[in-house]
Parts: sequence; structure tokens; C-alpha cells
Amino acid sequence: MNLRLVRDEERRMRLTPDEKAMLAGELGPIARIALEHQVKVGEFFGARDFVPVTQAHVMADTESLGEAGVAWLESLAGMSEGRAAVCVPTITDPRGTDFAKVGVLKQAAWMVDLEHRAIDAFVKLGVSMTNTCINYQTVQAPTRGEHVAFGDTGVVIYSNSVCGARSNYEGGPSALSAGLTGRTPRYAYHLDECRRATVRIRVDWQPRSLNDWGSLGAVIGKLAGDYWAVPVLEGMENAPGSDALKHFGAAMASFGSVALFHMVGITPEAPRLRDVGGENLPLAHRIGEAEVKALQAAYSSDAEIDVVVFSAPQLSLYELQNLAALCDGRRFTKPLLAVTSPQVKPDADRFGITGRIEAAGGHVLAGMCFYQSYAREIAEANGWKRLATNSAKLANILGGYGYSLRLASMERCVEAAQTGMLR
Amino acid sequence: MSAGTRLASDSRADEFVARHAIGDPVVGEALVADDNFSARYDLDRLAGIFSRPTHRLAGFSYVDRILVLNTAKGGVASAWMLHEMAARKRAPLAIVFNSVNPILVQGAAFAGMTMLSGFDVDITSVVPQGARVRLDPRARVLRVLGEGGG
Repeated sequence: MNLRLVRDEERRMRLTPDEKAMLAGELGPIARIALEHQVKVGEFFGARDFVPVTQAHVMADTESLGEAGVAWLESLAGMSEGRAAVCVPTITDPRGTDFAKVGVLKQAAWMVDLEHRAIDAFVKLGVSMTNTCINYQTVQAPTRGEHVAFGDTGVVIYSNSVCGARSNYEGGPSALSAGLTGRTPRYAYHLDECRRATVRIRVDWQPRSLNDWGSLGAVIGKLAGDYWAVPVLEGMENAPGSDALKHFGAAMASFGSVALFHMVGITPEAPRLRDVGGENLPLAHRIGEAEVKALQAAYSSDAEIDVVVFSAPQLSLYELQNLAALCDGRRFTKPLLAVTSPQVKPDADRFGITGRIEAAGGHVLAGMCFYQSYAREIAEANGWKRLATNSAKLANILGGYGYSLRLASMERCVEAAQTGMLR
Repeated sequence: MSAGTRLASDSRADEFVARHAIGDPVVGEALVADDNFSARYDLDRLAGIFSRPTHRLAGFSYVDRILVLNTAKGGVASAWMLHEMAARKRAPLAIVFNSVNPILVQGAAFAGMTMLSGFDVDITSVVPQGARVRLDPRARVLRVLGEGGG
């Protein structure tokens, strides 16, 4: 037999009777479309079979979907034959707007219309519109060994590394497909062998602020290089909090496409270096304060700023509390936007946190993320060019949208919103 | 002959075999850089150009080109964006990577775009800028048909 045909045959996924029925359309066209997509992806990566998932998380802001993506969602939602909705809990990443703050952002009516159409389609498909990229803090954190299909790179790296759950990066079409079929191709971070450390790094300096944690993650992400790298980190003295690891992981994923890291003695799969195979790896890098500050200095071209943004990831209740304390007694001369999840916002309102931030002239937005909200268009509409943030992830992303970025602590960013200058 | 190696006895110096492939055969002009890729981070998708100032292809049009790049960067948005770009006919013809992440593959599957990844050589160093290349995903082969001008 031709070697190529043998190899092609080996690449075919083994399907269960249920999956064969799905692929044959016996559960309706939606399940067939979803599984066909998943088989293509699985066979690309040589997945042997599917693994059942318990949750799916769909990134689907309309700037990414565009008219074509929304029309595709509507076509799915219009199919009523067979199984017409998700079969495992399926939630959403941030939307492209906070409908209550469209005027603040100066978004166009067509953007809002597209958002409404996408939401209507998702709801018809049974998706819960949680609109959050911090579902591990606000909805339900996955547990160690739990197979999930999560979108948003920050969600995936946190779930894999901090929770010990198992997910690949699942882009919107794939995460939605997982929600519709209840499974995902078994490759990469669903497999034990892919979760072993591949690069050993020693950290000689302990970050203090969230932007330092994000910057450290960025440095490691750049060194790690790609999706298949699994850094194992030694030298962390204390267990970081959830917000620190949130910024750390989100930046590492953003700068390096990394989906899993281990911290010896801290993250669940690495109580000891040898538990993730790290003892056999040479020490590849040592990172200290100088490397972190060098990364931050790359974003310090201009002292004057037009807007301050806290977003990416959405802020936790504790981050908002800290921000409110920094806002007390100030009056901003530049817009300050703080973006949180729809689950946190009601508590922030009840506790008076929102009121304190807005009394200084800031805005608390919910259910969106700044870079997922037509960042190029709102920059033009508002005259925003020079943006200050404490999020390394946001600073990394917005360069392509034409912004000039400043990366600094929350304290310095708040001061900049008051004075117009980041010092 | 094993996948992922340059062809041996029946090889041509201008053929490279990938470990992974998806999509239909295409022929087009290569746009090559030892840099990475994200549709969200690096592109002005309305103008159809690389827009990140620090990207090695900043200012270049990617429309209908076969991009030959190092690896995929983080951001799940590319999975939707390739489809959206293809619908407006402002998309690359295909993308070739040294290594790829799931997002770009999911995006290629969703958009019907051709993609190859995983070579035993640095593919960005062996495909000349502007070269005419043919991608055959079924055979997982990239063939350089002719040198480019760039």
C-alpha cells in the first residue's frame, strides 16, 4: 500500500458510533457542521479521537466576527432540525460593547446592531451570555484534570496552569462547536505528554504590582516562543494571588502564545521540579528585575497621554476596590476607563466602588473588553492615540491598532488621568 | 521518506514537506518574514496591510499572498478573522508556518484557507521573498516554482 495513503489513514480520527451518527447528520445539521469542523482541526494535529468536555467558553466579539461571522451564526441559529442548541454549559467572552456606555466610547450604530444580532443568535443556540474573560474568577473555575474547551488565551492559560484543567486554545468556531457536540479533539494540552515542561527558567526577582506580574509574563512568553512551549519556573518565593496570576498568564499567552506554565511549589501539577520533568532540562534563562523593567521601558516614548484604560483581563472586584481608593479625591482631566465583567459590576455598584471611580470622572464598563470593542474606530472617534495601561497584554495588542502605548502601575496611570502626563 | 523531512532520493531542492496541512492546492506569490502572526495584533484588516510598526512586514499588503512566517501568536480572534477577511476577499491566499497554534488552524478550517506547518528546515529562510510557490496540502508539499524579485 502506498505510504502516503497509510499515513493519511493513520491521521483519521477514530469516531464513536455517536460521532459517526453526528457526522452523518442524524442529530441534525448543526451538530454535523460542528463535528466536521472539529474533525478537520483534529486530523491536522493528529488527534486520535475526541474527549468529552464539561464546559465551553466562546470568544466572539463582532469586530472579529464581522458581518460574515454574524451571518454564519444566524444561519446556524436558524436551523431547527435535530439538536439545535449546545449540550454542555457554554458561555461567552466579552462583547464588543457595553450597551450602557456606547456614547462614552462613541461607537457607531452599526457596531451596536451587529452586537445585538450576534447575541440573538447565540441565545437561540442556548449559549449563556456571561461576557467575561475572567470566568475562572466569576462563573466557575474548572478543576484539576477537567477537560474543557475554552476560548480567550488568558482563560486557557489560567485554567491549564493554575487550575490544572485541560484545554487548548479554542477559537470561537471551535469552542462553539465543542458546546454543540460536547467534545473536542484530543491533542496537545489534553494529553499528559504535552503537559511536561519544555523550558526551565529561574526568576530571581519577585514582582510587586500587577503590571510587574504582567511584564514578567510577557518576558517569559517572548522567551518561550510558541504554543508548544511549557515553561517551568523556579524561584517564586510566595504564592501569587489570583489577580497577579491572571495578569501574568494573560501576558505570557499574549506575547508568546503559551497555553500552560508550571511554577514549582505553587501550581498544582508541579509540587516539585521533577513532577513535570524539569529536572532533566538545562536552566535556559534567568530573569531578574532588569529584564522586566526593560520590557516596560519599551513602552515609554511619550509622557503625554490621551486616555487611561484598565482592561484585558477584565478587573476583579479587588482590582476595582484598589482603583476606587486611588480615585478618591481626584478629578480626572483625561478619560479613565475601567472594564469589568457583568458578574462583578453589580457588586461594585452595591459597594459604592463604581460611584467612587465615576465621581473622579472615570467610567466603569462591563461585559466588554477594550481591545475587542473596535479599538481602531473608537480611537479615531475620540482622538485617542496615546494610551496608558497597567496591562501588558493590552499594551501588546494595541500596537497593531495604531496606539502609542504606556505601560505603568495602576497608581501612575491614575495620576496620569488627573495630570495628563505619565511620569 | 518521512513526513517533515526534505525529500531525499526523489527530492527536489525546491520542495519542502510539512508535517501538517489543511485546505486546497494553491499557487501564488510568497511574502516571507522571520516574524510571527496574529490577525488581531498585526494587521489593518480594512487596508489589507501589516500595521504593527515593529512587524518585519509592516506596510506590506498581505492580500492574495502566500504568507511564510515563523509561528502564530496568541489571540483567539484570528479564528474568526480569517473567515471575515476571506468573505471580503481581503485575505492571504494561504499561510505557511514553521510552527502553528490551534487558533490559526481552526481559522483556516473555518475560512477554507490553505495552511502548512512543521518543517525540518526554517521555512522562512529557504523560500525567497516574492517567489512563486505551490502548496499541495494533500501531499503536504511546498514547492518553489520560481525566484521572486524581492
